[in-house]
Amino acid sequence: MTNHTHQQPVIRAQGLTKHFSRSKKTVEAVRGLDLEIHRGELVAFLGPNGAGKSTTLRMLTTLIPPTAGTAEVAGHDVVRDRAAVRRSIGYVGQGNAAAFIQRGRDELMSQARAHGIPRATAKARVDELLSAFDLAEHADRQVQTLSGGQRRRLDIAIGLLNHPEVLFLDEPSTGLDPQNRANLQDQIRRLHDDGTTIVLTTHYLEEADALAGRVIVIDHGLVIADDTAPRLKARLGDLVLLAFGTEADASAAATRAESGLASAVVERTGTQVSIRSPRGADTAPALAIDLAAHGTPAIRMEVRTPTLDDVFLDLTGRSLRESTESTDTTQTEGAAA
Amino acid sequence: MTTLTVPTAQVQRTTHTLSRPTGFLTDTWTVLVRELTPKLRQPASMLFAMMQPLVFLALFAPLLPDVEGGSALQWFVPGIVVMTALMGASMTGADLTAEIRSGSHERLLVSPLSRPSLLVGRALKEVVPVLFQTAVILAVVTPFSFDLHLGGALVGSVIVSLFAIGLGALSFALATAAKEQDWVFWTVQQMLIFPLLLLSGVLLPLDGAPGWLRFLSDINPMTYVVEAARALFAGQFPADVVVSGFIAATAVAAVGVLVGVRTMERSN
Repeated sequence: MTNHTHQQPVIRAQGLTKHFSRSKKTVEAVRGLDLEIHRGELVAFLGPNGAGKSTTLRMLTTLIPPTAGTAEVAGHDVVRDRAAVRRSIGYVGQGNAAAFIQRGRDELMSQARAHGIPRATAKARVDELLSAFDLAEHADRQVQTLSGGQRRRLDIAIGLLNHPEVLFLDEPSTGLDPQNRANLQDQIRRLHDDGTTIVLTTHYLEEADALAGRVIVIDHGLVIADDTAPRLKARLGDLVLLAFGTEADASAAATRAESGLASAVVERTGTQVSIRSPRGADTAPALAIDLAAHGTPAIRMEVRTPTLDDVFLDLTGRSLRESTESTDTTQTEGAAA
Repeated sequence: MTTLTVPTAQVQRTTHTLSRPTGFLTDTWTVLVRELTPKLRQPASMLFAMMQPLVFLALFAPLLPDVEGGSALQWFVPGIVVMTALMGASMTGADLTAEIRSGSHERLLVSPLSRPSLLVGRALKEVVPVLFQTAVILAVVTPFSFDLHLGGALVGSVIVSLFAIGLGALSFALATAAKEQDWVFWTVQQMLIFPLLLLSGVLLPLDGAPGWLRFLSDINPMTYVVEAARALFAGQFPADVVVSGFIAATAVAAVGVLVGVRTMERSN
């Protein structure tokens, strides 16, 4: 077996590109993606529907070949050595892994057989997963009689059966109610704590924020940001909104704030001044006192710490929430791709 | 020392998968077992499937005219076996549309199972019941005017199975191409099986047919499979007929798997 050191990335992609031709038009779904993910990381691909997240995931999991570029997963090339990649990974797709007419335990066993796992080992592993995912009492029922949350847990159990080096999850919480979504996030967190490398796609900001150690923001087939959620937000800075009694006050305050705060972006509209600056929430009280002391007291102040949506808005000029809602028609990306 | 070995073991747990390479036959068996399991869990449905050709035989065989120099049953039964295989194998893709829609097919595509094994395993799911049905038919008709020739019947079944694997793979390809639209699958399937059936001479001999019909029958691979099955089930081994049947069945199997794998690669 291949020997991996912890320094070697478990996923490496260079210039990964995917074009689809759809009704004589070429759609550039992924446009030259570079990526390095290390063992033990929990990474979220965040972006609106149709951004190229799922297409990227489908290339990394060997479901579709890249148009150009290369990618290695667990040390194996996703084109030349598809079989080895498939043995090394677990995949939880947007749909359900277990067929509705099957029983949960049967599907886990068939997954074990597909991975060439000897019967005794397989049985033990299946029991282990059934109890870990609280499915033991539902294992011998037809999958179609299970609840949405139970089915999703079964999907993950099937994805984990071969003890994968990387677990890929494509929009894992879509269609789950808030409680099941929270449960799912707990399970993902626990897997991460156990050392599993996890790559997931999501268009839920809260999910990426709450879950991932590292957020890779993808839009129009390109990586537009790649960092931890706190750092992405810190780089954007907090927004301080000030209102003044007169435009003259506002104008004077804006000038003072601009000269006083390093790397602040100050804008004035009428009697309103908005200041975007790193650690803006921390500097806001001193700023208010300073402005009052110089004869331009603010009559209202609002401090907004950034969300990932603000980060996305800053990077693309669009709100992720809006792009997600308005492009729901492109949800077929995964299925059609 | 012991404190050092414990963490090492844990690291190894997370960096090595349990997965081991498998071969085509193992994979095919895995797919077949997976497909048959839900059926075996509901034996009643299997039982009904077994009865179906018998119903057909019971209602149709009494209408058969007497044939010169042999029993009509002897001529008719092999055709029924091939027909049962045609009906079963052409349904291979039917369950697939549901699995494509739900996502379980995608999971199998990401698993280490090879593409051809997914096709052949699924096609065999329809072949296995056909073999049982054949056994039931033979058991029922043998007490009447039908001579059982076990060796011939076995060789005949092999040819019919090959043919069914090919048809099953084509049905799989059709379902893959139809994606989530069931009606496309059913329309094409229905449109194709009846010409195949009638042109193969299963129900009526085509000896007196007009030239164009004879021509269509001659280019239907199923015709050769039926003729080979008739000879073999009667305990005869005419080399040309058996070899043509074998070639026709193998060709259908090869084309089916080829088309199936290509459709699968493209559909993603």
